[in-house]
Amino acid sequence: MTQLPEHTEKSLGLVIDLDTCVGCHACVVSCKGWNTENYGAPLSDQDPYGSDPVGTFLNRVHSYEVQPASGPAQLVHFPKSCLHCEDAPCVTVCPTGASYKRTEDGIVLVNESDCIGCGLCAWACPYGAREMDAVAGVMKKCTLCVDRIYNTNLPEEDREPACVRTCPAGARHFGDLSDPGSAVSQLVAERGGMDLMPEQGTKPVNKYLPPRPKDKIGEDIDVLAPLLEPVAEEQRGFFSWLDKALEKL
Amino acid sequence: MHPAPSVIIFTTLSGLGFGLLAWLGLGLPAVTGIVAFIFFAIAFGLAVGGLMASTFHLGHPERALKAFTQWRSSWLSREGVLAVAALLVMAVYGFGVVFLSVQWTLLGWIGSLLSALAVFATSMIYAQLKTVPRWNLPLTPALFMSFAIGGGALMAGQIKVATVLLIVAGIVQVAYWIVGDRALLGSGSTLSTATGLRFGAVRAFEPPHTGTNYLLKEFAYVVGRRHSMKLRVIGLALMAVVPVLCLLLPFSHVLAAVAVLSHLMGVAVVRWLFFAEAEHVLGLYYGVR
Repeated sequence: MTQLPEHTEKSLGLVIDLDTCVGCHACVVSCKGWNTENYGAPLSDQDPYGSDPVGTFLNRVHSYEVQPASGPAQLVHFPKSCLHCEDAPCVTVCPTGASYKRTEDGIVLVNESDCIGCGLCAWACPYGAREMDAVAGVMKKCTLCVDRIYNTNLPEEDREPACVRTCPAGARHFGDLSDPGSAVSQLVAERGGMDLMPEQGTKPVNKYLPPRPKDKIGEDIDVLAPLLEPVAEEQRGFFSWLDKALEKL
Repeated sequence: MHPAPSVIIFTTLSGLGFGLLAWLGLGLPAVTGIVAFIFFAIAFGLAVGGLMASTFHLGHPERALKAFTQWRSSWLSREGVLAVAALLVMAVYGFGVVFLSVQWTLLGWIGSLLSALAVFATSMIYAQLKTVPRWNLPLTPALFMSFAIGGGALMAGQIKVATVLLIVAGIVQVAYWIVGDRALLGSGSTLSTATGLRFGAVRAFEPPHTGTNYLLKEFAYVVGRRHSMKLRVIGLALMAVVPVLCLLLPFSHVLAAVAVLSHLMGVAVVRWLFFAEAEHVLGLYYGVR
């Protein structure tokens, strides 16, 4: 049923730390790997080793340059995947009931056997979180690794989304954002976690932690510079003669 | 937005087909027998042909029946339900008119209303999307409805009404362009709100992938936008100006055919622009419109 639940027992989601992300794309690769080998249709590639490769990904990392009013520009790496919105517009537009938001944990999923591949849910998503798989003809999206997080066959430390598990920088956090006591909620409160495109009214569950203000750079930057000053301004001796001789040639 | 031919054919043809059905349901023109058969055949051909075309872009058209289930929340589902209901009611009404020479007036009115609602539901598929500010306007349903009813009147041979309605459709189209051109700016969505990075001017530095992808192909269609002004003039001339001039001249079947064909081509042109010019807010993440 594509009507949204009035209330979900939990709001599982991600908190992504833009201050810590180094833009290595490891989360992109682990996501592609896990979600190709496990639940649902594999994430296909077209012409993967050719000149024009295209493929389905559930997580992509943009990079932005931010130029403050003064001081140097800053590069921000920006991973983006489904935000599992409370008011998910992708769910209500679905004509078949394939898209749904789970009451128990708030995860937005696609029932692939009901999806007709009309693409309207991808149109309704402001974040580009849904991609139609060119081979399977069904809509693919982040499942929050629903087949990992409850999977008792996995060791406990692996029961989190593949992107979170793999992140070498610790920039991705997973938890229940409806519980104010959870580690992720505390992180959001502490660091001023924010919504993407709040004006779209989607009420995203995933939050982004803004980059911390950069330490002062400027005056201190050339602390060693005096030692690098050229010691001989004027040429003397043999090289001076050589320079002049070559000039005359 | 990517102007998929299947969707342009669908909205153009079935809009016109349901527009004609709406007039036929009202008994305008009050035809019976073989003449009625031809009118109904054209209307059903356009409406059904358009609906068939719309299934071509589906990943799994064999599951299309499932699309009738979610009418409580989905405009796409509502559109399917209303279209099929309109076709069924109008088929019964058409049977009476063609074979029994009787007009079941109430049934005709219901069919007419359902046909108009089917077009409205089509327009709401686009108008509901906050992600495409140019579509997320009250003028979008006005545009689809004025085209369907005006074009339907033209097809139904309602010369005086069609003249007025096609002029109205032309005015709605121009208003849609004027308002639509400011819609993205007015939506308040920028790369700043998209990324939440507010401590300086944000610029898309490096995209997440070196090639293209589904998102860019579907949402960041820019080819042809530079010709949009020329296409607007051509489309408006074909869909409204030429047909209205034809209708103002003394009636002949050749002129009527010219008017209908010109209108059909004009609607296809402006419908192509409707998609090609529409900007999805996702483009902001890629630094494109």
